[in-house]
Amino acid sequence: MSLTRQDVEKIAHLARLSITEEEMPGYVGSLSSIVSFVDDLSRMQTGDVEPMAHPLEGQHQRLRADVVTESDNHEKYQAIAPSIASGLYVVPRVIE
Amino acid sequence: MLHNLSVGELAERLNARQISSVELTRHYLARIDRFGATLNALISLTAERALADAAQADLRLARGERGPLLGIPIIHKDIFCTDGVRTSCGSRMLDNFIAPYDATVVTRLKEAGVVMLGKANMDEFAMGSSNETSYYGPVRNPWNTRKVPGGSSGGSAAAAAARLAPLTTGTDTGGSIRQPAALTGITGVKPTYGRVSRYGMIAFASSLDQAGVFARSVADAAPALQAMAGFDARDSTSVDVPVPDYTAGLQKPLKGLKIGILREFFEGLEARNAALIHDALKVYQELGAQTLEVSLPHLPASVPTYYVVAPAECSSNLSRFDGVRYGYRCENPKDLMDLYKRSRGEGFGAEVKRRIMTGTYVLSAGYFDAYYLKAQKVRRLITDDFRAAFTQVDLLIGPTTPTPAFDIGAKIDDPVTMYLNDIYTIGANLAGLPGMSLPCGFVDGLPMGLQLIGPHFSEDRLLCAGHGYQSATDWHTRAPKGYE
Repeated sequence: MSLTRQDVEKIAHLARLSITEEEMPGYVGSLSSIVSFVDDLSRMQTGDVEPMAHPLEGQHQRLRADVVTESDNHEKYQAIAPSIASGLYVVPRVIE
Repeated sequence: MLHNLSVGELAERLNARQISSVELTRHYLARIDRFGATLNALISLTAERALADAAQADLRLARGERGPLLGIPIIHKDIFCTDGVRTSCGSRMLDNFIAPYDATVVTRLKEAGVVMLGKANMDEFAMGSSNETSYYGPVRNPWNTRKVPGGSSGGSAAAAAARLAPLTTGTDTGGSIRQPAALTGITGVKPTYGRVSRYGMIAFASSLDQAGVFARSVADAAPALQAMAGFDARDSTSVDVPVPDYTAGLQKPLKGLKIGILREFFEGLEARNAALIHDALKVYQELGAQTLEVSLPHLPASVPTYYVVAPAECSSNLSRFDGVRYGYRCENPKDLMDLYKRSRGEGFGAEVKRRIMTGTYVLSAGYFDAYYLKAQKVRRLITDDFRAAFTQVDLLIGPTTPTPAFDIGAKIDDPVTMYLNDIYTIGANLAGLPGMSLPCGFVDGLPMGLQLIGPHFSEDRLLCAGHGYQSATDWHTRAPKGYE
């Protein structure tokens, strides 16, 4: 199954990845090849088997009491941020 | 030579105060200095910290504390967060990331007294089977430096094989411990999903990832696994099942053990590779095990299933890398979208981008049912096949890889060819089963691995079977030329 350039552009946009002009043909080729490879699955008989999201049976999301257990480490964690102002992460203007 | 002693022998000498942890650490740091550049096995070296930690271990020993890992050097795969130390995950995206906390694996091994020498090179974000996708360059196999060590834990495997450390940690999502262990002639253990905490282990595929260990023998790996295993409240997928005494269980006799030979693994396997596995089966028979053939009919679908599920999960996990809170940020972003796209486009390598895009595609509207949901159904069929097999046998056996190590550069241009290296290892990840690779011989002077797979939480049985094999053979004692 071959993907088109438009397909790859759309996927790259959804994934928030910039792909350069030079890189594009390579990704169209390799993604087409990968999708063809996994297409084999669509031919398999699976009947009404339940999909399996977790490798172990009977696991449930563990819950805990709704109490604060973490401490405030924001200074330590923000020390490695690209851009900080007043304890906030700075990004290019979002709202005009 | 110190680096040829087992972890047990080293611990004896440390406990008897015949050598100090500082001496031992210096010995390994000297080896890293001598061989590090050739193999490119490490991304970060933490020499000063190691000597400080070794001095601490010596103080603990002086106070009378004893333990199988106290004062023993280790190298951690660069996927485990290490407080105050760069944790790059083999990627430009995290080249500037100084982790602000320790992974549980790191904490537990630290408490047991290990001395961290550095962080091991790896395929970027654990995606690869050759350690060629690392931002920091490929790792070389100490058995033949033109060859790959395997991946994604290639640095950890090469370091252990080259005796740069007696123990190294790794992770295994589709075979990333077992496959490099096989290609570098060492022992690699992937525990049951949920056995070892994933807290602080940078996530690739959350339903498949598992932390494990490399060592030169099962007897060496056992105390490391002991320290790493066990429930952790900070990992919501951690399972609260008691951890047996792995070391005490090693000596149990193998008489009556039922070993299943996986028929599908031998189809198309080259004769010389198959012969090594058959030799290993004879060893097991001599040890009193029974062998019988079993079939897992859906197993051939495991590679395409994995290459839907793992990319899907990775596309979700890697969405956190956005240039905002940590990691790589592109220069002069025009707007928020440009910030995201170029930070990610420039920060991630090609294989990572391929897998993110594959995952995005199979999860997207209109394709979700045909690919992702379908793959999850096939995953259940594969898991059911394993479950059925384990009603007849105690363990499964087969090769770890289809071939020995290949040349650096030979397969990097075709993703699908590279993916097929994982053909024997992926099934265990899909089913959450524990698996192990043991050295079992050589083909063209390069090591090959024997794989054992057990039911959930049967690590003790696996380790015992592995130890039995290593007590009757000496493949695991061989060292690559020049690294003895």
